[in-house]
Amino acid sequence: MSAIAVHCQNLVKIYATGNQKVTALNGINLDIAQGELMMLVGPSGCGKTTLISVIAGILDQDDGVCELFGQNILKMRSAEKLKFRAQNIGFVFQAFNLLPALNAMENVSVPLIINGVRRQTAERQAAAVLEQVGLGERRKSLPAELSGGQQQRVAIARALVHSPRLIVCDEPTSALDHESGRNVMTLLKDVALHKDRTLVIVTHDARIFEFADRMAKMDDGHIVNVSGSKPLHEAL
Amino acid sequence: MNRIALKMLMGDRGKYFGIVMGLTFASLIMTQQPAIFVGLMTRTFSFISDVGLPDIWVMDAKVQFVDDIKPLQDTELYRVRGISGVEWAMPMYKGLLKARLTDGTFQTCNVVGLDDTTLIGGPPVMLAGRIEDLRRSDGIIVDIDALKEKLAKPSGTPNGKPIQLQIGDSLELNDHRAIIVGIAKVTRTFQSQPVIYTTYSRAKSYAPKERKLLSFVLVKAKPQQNLTELSQRIRKNTGLAAYTQQEFMDLTYQYFMKNTGIPINFGISVLLGFIVGAAIAGQTFYNFTLENIRQFGVLKAMGTSNWTLLRMILLQAILVGLIGYGMGVGLTAWFGYAMRNTILAFRFPWQLLVFSGAGVSLICMFAALLSIVKVIRLEPAIVFKG
Repeated sequence: MSAIAVHCQNLVKIYATGNQKVTALNGINLDIAQGELMMLVGPSGCGKTTLISVIAGILDQDDGVCELFGQNILKMRSAEKLKFRAQNIGFVFQAFNLLPALNAMENVSVPLIINGVRRQTAERQAAAVLEQVGLGERRKSLPAELSGGQQQRVAIARALVHSPRLIVCDEPTSALDHESGRNVMTLLKDVALHKDRTLVIVTHDARIFEFADRMAKMDDGHIVNVSGSKPLHEAL
Repeated sequence: MNRIALKMLMGDRGKYFGIVMGLTFASLIMTQQPAIFVGLMTRTFSFISDVGLPDIWVMDAKVQFVDDIKPLQDTELYRVRGISGVEWAMPMYKGLLKARLTDGTFQTCNVVGLDDTTLIGGPPVMLAGRIEDLRRSDGIIVDIDALKEKLAKPSGTPNGKPIQLQIGDSLELNDHRAIIVGIAKVTRTFQSQPVIYTTYSRAKSYAPKERKLLSFVLVKAKPQQNLTELSQRIRKNTGLAAYTQQEFMDLTYQYFMKNTGIPINFGISVLLGFIVGAAIAGQTFYNFTLENIRQFGVLKAMGTSNWTLLRMILLQAILVGLIGYGMGVGLTAWFGYAMRNTILAFRFPWQLLVFSGAGVSLICMFAALLSIVKVIRLEPAIVFKG
């Protein structure tokens, strides 16, 4: 039986701009199981990106609790939080966010280097993961020399290389055509997801909803509906 | 992470080149302009440093710098010789006289008259002839640069190169015949006038008739004699000014520093170079950081600490600083080498390397500081913004 990977309870996040206050998260309650692929969906400005940022530990909530694998990130000291993030979380971004001056292998090796792995070892491991995502031949290519789909595969390899327990993806297919988007999702489902690793994906892209184990629909800072092929208790 | 920092820096060749060029320019201006300034200021006292043998220069008490000649009576020489601690004292004439060239034009020359017997105070380097040849009838020794340039004979053909005067050629100094018996190499003076050496008695015959014609008394102290004490004794007993060679050089240097616009003009050039270099390099480096802010955000989100990011930015700043500094200083050195045989004043002491190094370091620190503040304040959550 799987455990809870992400536990959010009454999460509140308010952005203050001058005199204006915008409540981005307004009492979010959400549990995500280990080995589950959860999609966060909803209209623009509903709080998806804020929620994923809080879950990934790169944004502090104003109220409520967010636990990752039983640990409350908010209570961690800064250095602990960095280490936790470096070891346990992988990121896939809409705009890929690869470092343009580094080739594919060097880009993929970055999380390992952040974790203190020696460059040669990191690049060896990065090359192996690139093989896994079908880009072994392109490991020396710069991002600019790769197609959008290939760049996203490099980004997935980067998110996987240090074996994180949670991968957060922000609109991973929205910059890709239909076929590339499906390939990326297939890759994420086949290679990234397993019983010890959880995927949280923010998306607008209805074409990929079918890949989700569950979907949380958000609106105006709330989760209005959680639906999916598997209810949480089954996922657990 | 250092390797990543360097790759980020050099990834965009255009920007990298821009930052390095900004720093090169700043470093060049901060070394080349002061080098010219130092060269120029060195020329103000080059005549004194060229006369190596005497320990003390004695002159009228009102003299402000080496070319501010206030002649003494010849009897002052004997008064100085009579002071205890003086090994020897020799007369020197220094004055501006007009030389008539073969084409009928006139050129003002710096005529130096040396003691007839000892010829003390002569040119530092003889290129042709011997200093003793001054004892020949109407003999003069002329500096090589003057022979090639200001005293050269006009070419026989239009637009032809002037012809250098040679030993045996003659000049007319204040209506007196003068025969070139030697060629010397002297350090260029501030006014870059031709320097002509002759004997003291002959110099007096060339000079317009005046009651006083003794410019300086050159003094050698007895062994173990304290030069400061001897100078004081000369001042006390004669009422004249007496300076060690270094003091006289300092007096001349200070006169030009205080009474000419040279320091402020060069100071403005250097300041402008610093400001423009700082603006170009600082802004380009800051823009480079801004353009890479998302990449820094990604690294931060993935768990890179602020300390590591700070080290990365410092490494980038130090590298571009070193390259820019090296190129600037190298260009200055090349400039100095290329100009070594021209009239341009140029001197490049090691202190200038330290000065420009400090300037470039300041610029890099300033640029890095702006970037570091930006990156440290960066919220890693920006990586999720479209």
